Amino acid sequence: MTISSAPADRDQARLEADFQTRVDAEQRIEPEDWMPAAYRKTLIRQIAQHAHSEIIGMQPEGNWITRAPSLRRKAVLLAKVQDEAGHGLYLYSAAETLGARREELLDGLHEGRMKYSSIFNYPTLTWADIGAIGWLVDGAAIVNQVALCRTSYGPYARAMVRICKEESFHQRQGYEIMMTLAQGTAEQREMAQDSLNRWWWPALMMFGPPDAESPHSAQSMKWKIKRQSNDELRQRFIDMTVPQAEYLDLKIPDDKLRWNEARGHYDFGEIDWDEFYRVLKGHGPCNRQRMETRVKAHEAGRWVREAAMAHAEKKRRRQSAHAA
Amino acid sequence: MDRSDWPLWEVFIRARHGLDHKHVGSLHASDAEMAPENARDVYTRRMEGVSIWVVRSQDIVASSPEDRGAFYDPAEDKAYRHPTFYTVPDDVKHM
Repeated sequence: MTISSAPADRDQARLEADFQTRVDAEQRIEPEDWMPAAYRKTLIRQIAQHAHSEIIGMQPEGNWITRAPSLRRKAVLLAKVQDEAGHGLYLYSAAETLGARREELLDGLHEGRMKYSSIFNYPTLTWADIGAIGWLVDGAAIVNQVALCRTSYGPYARAMVRICKEESFHQRQGYEIMMTLAQGTAEQREMAQDSLNRWWWPALMMFGPPDAESPHSAQSMKWKIKRQSNDELRQRFIDMTVPQAEYLDLKIPDDKLRWNEARGHYDFGEIDWDEFYRVLKGHGPCNRQRMETRVKAHEAGRWVREAAMAHAEKKRRRQSAHAA
Repeated sequence: MDRSDWPLWEVFIRARHGLDHKHVGSLHASDAEMAPENARDVYTRRMEGVSIWVVRSQDIVASSPEDRGAFYDPAEDKAYRHPTFYTVPDDVKHM
């Protein structure tokens, strides 16, 4: 009935207008504040997807912990993989402030309802891939995440600040590995070049589809849960990374890559978006293996989680019996 | 709640001696013994703290943002609680 619903609609419109005014004024939105249902839902999806990417991202690198070439490299890689776990936990924690439950988010991942970054569906075939991941994959992640430090949702922005501080170590250790290989024997140089050849294009895909084909971008930009467009961020990453590759004297696998004086940016070749969508839909080299490993770890840990709860309950009962 | 779901805890960390504890985020732990240990592993991997507080998230009581106006109203018209409310000549020193 129009008569009774009109005031409710007006209230809703006023709340939404107030909310947008706050966002436009760069005020952070906090968990207890009113927010549109779609803002909450989009944020939960975005933050959880980001969290899932962090913990799935532990797998390709974890693959090399036992075979790291020295004790130093092993200790560093262990610390890095631990950081990825920590980043996942910061982000799950931020998603939970929006009313999402941790178990539901994990179920969403395990049942294939929620996504993670497609980059982690590529295999780590050689030690050089650990270098390339730190340099390129973490490098691309930093470009994305620095932009998100100013995102409108407070807990998400604060998690991003913390993560960005830690990612810098990840990228530098990766570049150091590449530099060591690039300045090594012919075989080591070749290993570094091969790794760059395989990771370059997937790293560019990490910024998502071109702006023209990015369906949710406009609303997310308005809500400031996305601060810069996919194409802008991708261009920034390329401009930063090309001179780093030149320093290593490695060749970026793109014949169309050249400096455009007029634009003040590097021009680059066509990205194979068919490959991107193929991997996203589950047909990348490692999608099945990543999910199997993840679900197995979760199921194998179930008895530990249950035993810890049983222990906590028993201790509580014993304490209250003692007090009585 | 599934038996394997651990409860949620809020984490507060004192970064250095002399500073207040500050909220840093949350985590899951089965009991009060595990919570500070998990907090150490998640939030102080780079010596970010000298003291950790944890409290069950369900035990936090928060003021309501909707009532912000009325809730803080008693302090709103009491500018005389601030030193700048009073006029003191420039010649009077140390005040």
